[in-house]
Amino acid sequence: MKYAFSFLAVIALILIAWLGSQIPGMEYLFGVAIPYLAILVFLGGFVYRVMQWAKSPVPFPIQTTCGQGKSLDFIKRDKLDCPNTNSEVIARMFLEIFAFRSLFRNTKSELHEGPKITYESSKWLWLFALIFHYSFLVIVLRHMRLFTNPVPGWIQAIELGDAMLQIGAPTLYLTNIGLVLGVVLLFGRRLTNPHVRFISLVNDYFPLVLILGIAITGILMRYFLRTDIDIVNIKALLVGLATLQPVISAEIGAIFYIHIFLVSVLLAYFPFSKLMHLGGVFMSPTRNMKNNTRAVRHINPWNDPNIKPHSYAGYEDEFREYMVDAGIPVEKELPPKKDEA
Amino acid sequence: MYNKKTIIPGLIIFVLFVTFPVWFNGLDAGPVPKPEMPQGGQKECVLPADEMRASHMQLLNEWRDDVLRDGGRDVVTVAGKEYRKGLQMACMECHTSQEKFCDTCHIYASVKPYCWDCHITPEAATKKKETR
Repeated sequence: MKYAFSFLAVIALILIAWLGSQIPGMEYLFGVAIPYLAILVFLGGFVYRVMQWAKSPVPFPIQTTCGQGKSLDFIKRDKLDCPNTNSEVIARMFLEIFAFRSLFRNTKSELHEGPKITYESSKWLWLFALIFHYSFLVIVLRHMRLFTNPVPGWIQAIELGDAMLQIGAPTLYLTNIGLVLGVVLLFGRRLTNPHVRFISLVNDYFPLVLILGIAITGILMRYFLRTDIDIVNIKALLVGLATLQPVISAEIGAIFYIHIFLVSVLLAYFPFSKLMHLGGVFMSPTRNMKNNTRAVRHINPWNDPNIKPHSYAGYEDEFREYMVDAGIPVEKELPPKKDEA
Repeated sequence: MYNKKTIIPGLIIFVLFVTFPVWFNGLDAGPVPKPEMPQGGQKECVLPADEMRASHMQLLNEWRDDVLRDGGRDVVTVAGKEYRKGLQMACMECHTSQEKFCDTCHIYASVKPYCWDCHITPEAATKKKETR
């Protein structure tokens, strides 16, 4: 039901863009106004979300320790999984961001006869995520050829590498296959794995379906529905967008407007959804803090300077009489009363 | 706000990364390519101009497969005019210059067709004959 809703929502978006762009004069709404609005919402929302996170204090050092911390010299320690210095934290973050290391150690609990529970490493999520994210990255980078004039050499190089199989015309991109494969595998994982399916919500399915829609409309535009898809006209519009002087001088096929509308929706939806893990991965205190609590005291930024530390000795001083009355042992006895002497 | 020293530079890098095309182009869209029209004044091609613009690469690929893989060298007849299947034999009869016709759009859109791995332009062909 939840995934069916996601499909319906994306189909509705496609229909809006398809029918809307056919109305004369509406090309500027779908080709210029909505993309501009979307990129502003994306940038503004992204910065806003990161600032909100940056304003939240971290009261405790809450790194996930996955190995032996720094201790006595003869105890072998795990530098990556229990980082103690800044450079070790950077190394850990680097591997997290570029190799998805925490997904690599994803474990799956299974109940066998006995009853016996096992925790096996399940690498599928890691593999699917790698295929998906790297394909997406290359796709975003090579789309820059449509926004830059002249096209810088490194973008041309990425594109040439992506099309290296030289299949068909226009040449097939490897990342087209990678992105669709990655989305379908991640989506399939949510459907087939009962644990993951149970915790999946509409806002887990919707981005996947939306990205699948973007990929499919892009592929259709490049290889199949080529009526009125002249790359020079499209690039003239997109470079116009990037140089703040957009003009639509020729008719462009509806599939282009559908594609750019879905991308606009993704951009506008991005800062307010789980997709913010793009920024969040850098902001995660469980990964970006040093595990040096034995050496350095973590000061809670919430601490009220008016609340002084209260030692046990001070506590006993305050309550000694009542403690003695109640028969609680005290370290320092009450001073002898003068009357008795 | 906490950790200003890392978060603010990080956000600046992110915004610069996203707005890359804006500052890279420097608000200058540059010229839109104008491919040279045939010198002989020919107006007709195998397909209407907008269809050629959108899908000439698919047509050329089909021709290549027909000729080189299936040996189908039959002539294409459009509006009473006969065209031989081939880049040098048909297209470049009218659109003689690679630089002034093909490359104008291909460079603009950063498309690198591998036609020229095997083909040479008529200009290059005549040059080669002269040097022999």
